[in-house]
Amino acid sequence: MTSDHIRKSFSILFVLIFFAYLFGPLIIMSLTAFNSSSFPRVTPWECFSVEWFEFLTKDQKLIEGLQNSVFIGLGVVCLAVPMGLAGALMLTQVRERVRPWYYTITISPILVPGVVLGISTLLFWDRVGTMFGASRESVFYNGFFLTIIGQATFISAYTMLVFISRLQRFDRVQEEAALDLGATHVQTFRKILLPFLKPAIASAAVLAFLASFENYNTTVFTIVSESTLTTFLAAKVRHGINPSISALAVVIVVLTLLGAALHEAFKRRELAAEKESARVAKGEQKSRGAQSRFLFDPTVIMILLIFTAGLGTAYFAGTIGLDECKTEVLAEKRRIVQERIKKRQQKTMFQDAGRQALTPLTQEEIKKRQAAPGTSNFQGLFSPENLEEQVGTSKEETQDAPGRAGTENFQSIFAPRNLEEQVGSEEQKQSE
Amino acid sequence: MSADVQLNDVWIRFGDFVAARDVNIHIQEGEFFSFLGPSGCGKTTLLRAVSGFLDPSEGQVLIGGKDMAGIGPNKRPTALIFQNLALFPLMTVWENIAFSLEVKGIGKEERRKKANELLELIALPDQGEKMVNELSGGQKQRVAIARALAAEPDVLLLDEPLSALDLKLRQHMRTELRAIQQRVGITFIYITHDQGEALTMSDHVAVMSQGVIQQVADGSTIYDHPETAFVASFVGENNMFSGKITEVSEEYAVVETPSGMLRARRTKGKGGSLHRGDEAFVFIRPESLKFVNGSAFDNRVNANIKQQEFEGSFWQVFFDVEGNNRTVKLSMVNDGSTLPHEVGDRVELGFSADVAIATPAGELAAE
Repeated sequence: MTSDHIRKSFSILFVLIFFAYLFGPLIIMSLTAFNSSSFPRVTPWECFSVEWFEFLTKDQKLIEGLQNSVFIGLGVVCLAVPMGLAGALMLTQVRERVRPWYYTITISPILVPGVVLGISTLLFWDRVGTMFGASRESVFYNGFFLTIIGQATFISAYTMLVFISRLQRFDRVQEEAALDLGATHVQTFRKILLPFLKPAIASAAVLAFLASFENYNTTVFTIVSESTLTTFLAAKVRHGINPSISALAVVIVVLTLLGAALHEAFKRRELAAEKESARVAKGEQKSRGAQSRFLFDPTVIMILLIFTAGLGTAYFAGTIGLDECKTEVLAEKRRIVQERIKKRQQKTMFQDAGRQALTPLTQEEIKKRQAAPGTSNFQGLFSPENLEEQVGTSKEETQDAPGRAGTENFQSIFAPRNLEEQVGSEEQKQSE
Repeated sequence: MSADVQLNDVWIRFGDFVAARDVNIHIQEGEFFSFLGPSGCGKTTLLRAVSGFLDPSEGQVLIGGKDMAGIGPNKRPTALIFQNLALFPLMTVWENIAFSLEVKGIGKEERRKKANELLELIALPDQGEKMVNELSGGQKQRVAIARALAAEPDVLLLDEPLSALDLKLRQHMRTELRAIQQRVGITFIYITHDQGEALTMSDHVAVMSQGVIQQVADGSTIYDHPETAFVASFVGENNMFSGKITEVSEEYAVVETPSGMLRARRTKGKGGSLHRGDEAFVFIRPESLKFVNGSAFDNRVNANIKQQEFEGSFWQVFFDVEGNNRTVKLSMVNDGSTLPHEVGDRVELGFSADVAIATPAGELAAE
């Protein structure tokens, strides 16, 4: 093997590790969403199920948080997109020497920790509210208002970056041309600059919405008494989680992937169209069917088909036969436990026999135990290694004194999952 | 409608830099007027002052007799064709053309009609639905012209619009531009660094250098009667001899150069001040320079043939001339006969005083 080979395989290995690191957690989490186990885990795998997705839709507080998040997201989009656009346009207008300063100042909210932004938003509007003598019910203390304002302070810096990069590719001579042809400044903005910025506006809006949607550290301060998806989830995690959170994550991941795939398809199409028009300009033949509508694009159709198919498969696989599977799993669990118990019993009997042989209990001691089962239980609790012995003895006892089945029940709770045995003794009781 | 353009004592300064220095020009209505000069001479700046994108630091711009001070580009009766055309890439061809009507609030139907008329004029019918980047360079050029004409300007301003085209297309577009100008009959102000364009198309040419108008005249006057050393050296090719004036008369001047005493017509107008003892240049065109074959010439210089080049219809012969460190060039029409001399031959060159011109020493065009 040459060093070139080694280098190549190393780089492949590196890439694999990198992707495993990147996507491993996501994949595992996604899998947990489909396991019927009530704790998010992959092993042991119980049943393939989509019940956690249903569970999700029934969680009223979560839905409410989601709605709030969407509302706040839209609010932030409405605020941050125009602010970012104005900031970016301003950058093109200020003098060359002032530009780096202006840029640094407008971009600085990104560098300020979100927590600081959250607290300062809260404090600032509290001051403003006090100044106007506003009541606690007024807008200055409203969680939605504060969160939208607070998030927009740094999200508008993100959107500004998007606009700046687009504006750098704008040929300012076009504005002059429009003015020269008699357009007013407003008309020039509306008919020349705005159409040019349209893709950037769309990107900025999506970016702003996502940034708002996933924000926690600013929101947790500004949301006051309301809750968003993130603050709700954070609160929920504190009280223990179930796979419905994984299910929610899966929904978000799938929507993101779908969006990204469609965006990619759209971009490729635009690129192809550009190439096509360049070819046409060179006087070559126009290839047929190059300009179909976006929704009829083969790639887009494929993406949507795969998505729908995956959705359908998951739904059917996750609902059909779920109950049977669950019963089976339960039966299997029981069987395993039963086996374990049997083994223990055998082991205990063997041990007992051995122990008795070594230090035989006096008749008195046995009597004492039988007379005070509580103590024996107690003993069993505190010396877990005696547990098996315990079970063993109680079994013996059951046979000896069936009238004390009640105590046994109690015991079996402490001795984990003796259910089967329990049922057994019950039957015995009945038979007597 | 057409209008005349007057630039009165126009100065344009950017800080310490003077882009236009005391410009006085009167452009007649309906004429094809060119500003010719090397890049950076201030011609585009002047054009922007006419179109309204900048105000002169001093002086007046009058269009149709009206002072344009404080009137923005969108209110002036001018339309500008930009160097890079600045077509709107997100609009179709006809939307581009009809843009000036759209901003005036004219209905779509009428816009469409007008656009189609103009597409006919520029010989691009049925191309209205295309996107701009689907057009070739020459087609884009014509769309830019149509878009400017749609605004019905009194004055059309063109900022080196042909510079991006290849040679053949450029020559074709020259003729076409001239034809369009004559058809619509409005004033064209054309900016170029290409003297071929300026001389072929224009009624009048203003030669500019470093913010100063050197000469304003029609093409043949510019070529045959340059007023300054710059114009003589910039327009066309010229051989130059420098020396001191020893004698000045009404029509002629005698300049003593290291190559000998040379008699030449003296410049008039701006470069008219020639006095005895002044530094002066004598210019002689390659096509006016002859081999002395016994015939009488006012001026004679001795030269060695350095190189001969065949250019189809012309022979170009290059010489080292005694007392002149610049290579001197002679062009002669290829009439089928072979050249009379070989490389290395020592020959005598002659020219008459009437085809040579003497100017005061001054700025020369960069070679």
